Amino acid sequence: MTANSSSRVAEIFTRYEQPILEDWLREQLAALTARQDLISEADLRRQSADLLALFIPACRVGSFTDITTPEWKSLLDFLAGASRSRALQGFSPSETATVVFSLKQPLFTRLRQEFSANAEALADELWNATVLLDKLGLYTTEVFQKSREEIIKRQQEEMLDLSTPVVKLWEGVLAVPLVGALDSARSRLVMENILQSIISTGSSMAIIDITGVPNVDTQVAQHLLNTVLAAKLMGAQCIISGIRPEIALAMVHLGVEFGDVVTKATLADALAYAFLKIGIVVTITAPHL
Amino acid sequence: MEQIPIHKVGEFLLVSVQVDMHDRQALILQNDLTTQVVKTRAKGVLIDISTVDIVDSFIGRMLGNMASITRVLGANVVVVGMQPAVAITIVELGLSLTNIHTALNVDKGMALLKTLVNKSTNEGRHEPFEK
Repeated sequence: MTANSSSRVAEIFTRYEQPILEDWLREQLAALTARQDLISEADLRRQSADLLALFIPACRVGSFTDITTPEWKSLLDFLAGASRSRALQGFSPSETATVVFSLKQPLFTRLRQEFSANAEALADELWNATVLLDKLGLYTTEVFQKSREEIIKRQQEEMLDLSTPVVKLWEGVLAVPLVGALDSARSRLVMENILQSIISTGSSMAIIDITGVPNVDTQVAQHLLNTVLAAKLMGAQCIISGIRPEIALAMVHLGVEFGDVVTKATLADALAYAFLKIGIVVTITAPHL
Repeated sequence: MEQIPIHKVGEFLLVSVQVDMHDRQALILQNDLTTQVVKTRAKGVLIDISTVDIVDSFIGRMLGNMASITRVLGANVVVVGMQPAVAITIVELGLSLTNIHTALNVDKGMALLKTLVNKSTNEGRHEPFEK
């Protein structure tokens, strides 16, 4: 039954390839009226023609109820590629799935013409075709979602990299301006970055500036403290600066303590302290204006 | 099992750990170091661990022990060149090691050792903790 029906659908496709393609394109364009800026008609036509060219041979040999068989592989790969590129271009998931779903209308019209005398056969064929197209449509959505997740993950990683710069303020003095909330993953990255930079620049002072950290709770304090201890083991001293008044208040209320770590209100104070420790004197040569 | 060498440099001892230490090796080093400090009457010990990549809780504790023992014998200890991964491990293991002095490299370690020794000589007694 399945083999038979698949060959019938394939037969219809082969016979009406051109008109089906035209109808299909019209359907897609109607669905994408607002999205003409993202994909040109020529591109859409080429994509659709390629898809149909892969679809027809797969229909002829493949099972309609199971698209995981090797006969469908090349079609699925093509669909995956198309969905992925659409995910990158900024299409919505339903717009992506429409590519497949809009094939229903032209196909069903042809089926109705073909089986106009036999209602039962028509129902069977329609059911088979629907099952297949639904599966393919869902597959595109799945790939679409996966690509979006990959994009989000990549952006998160990029953001992590961007958000923890280590800058050299002076020979032997590093500064790490932290911006944004500190969670375990980020503190770990910050810790590794600081320690690595201490080694590569041979700096004996590191200033961790937390002006941009929205709140400091016991956990964040613990992370910072661990970093300071690790740096000390390596032979460098850390200073924590940029503690805003409300943060200082909250820390005392929470009972957060930095132990004997040097803390300063501003980065300038911390730098002055660092200069003092490594024996640098700054002299003002021009009078104040 | 190779022995970890202890060099005498002026009035200091230089221990260069160039392998990932086994537990037994660490114990042997601890014994050797104690003997050498007494024998050479060294005023300071510099332990260079810049090529050590892996440290477990035992080795971490041994470092602390070596520092304490040496101090009891009247010498200062500076551990130099600890790798970031090692430092993170020690902190995460909860080994505070707050009683040991550290420096970034042998050069800075030597300078620190000299100031420490000067200080304890000037004070006429040994002052291990720098507050």
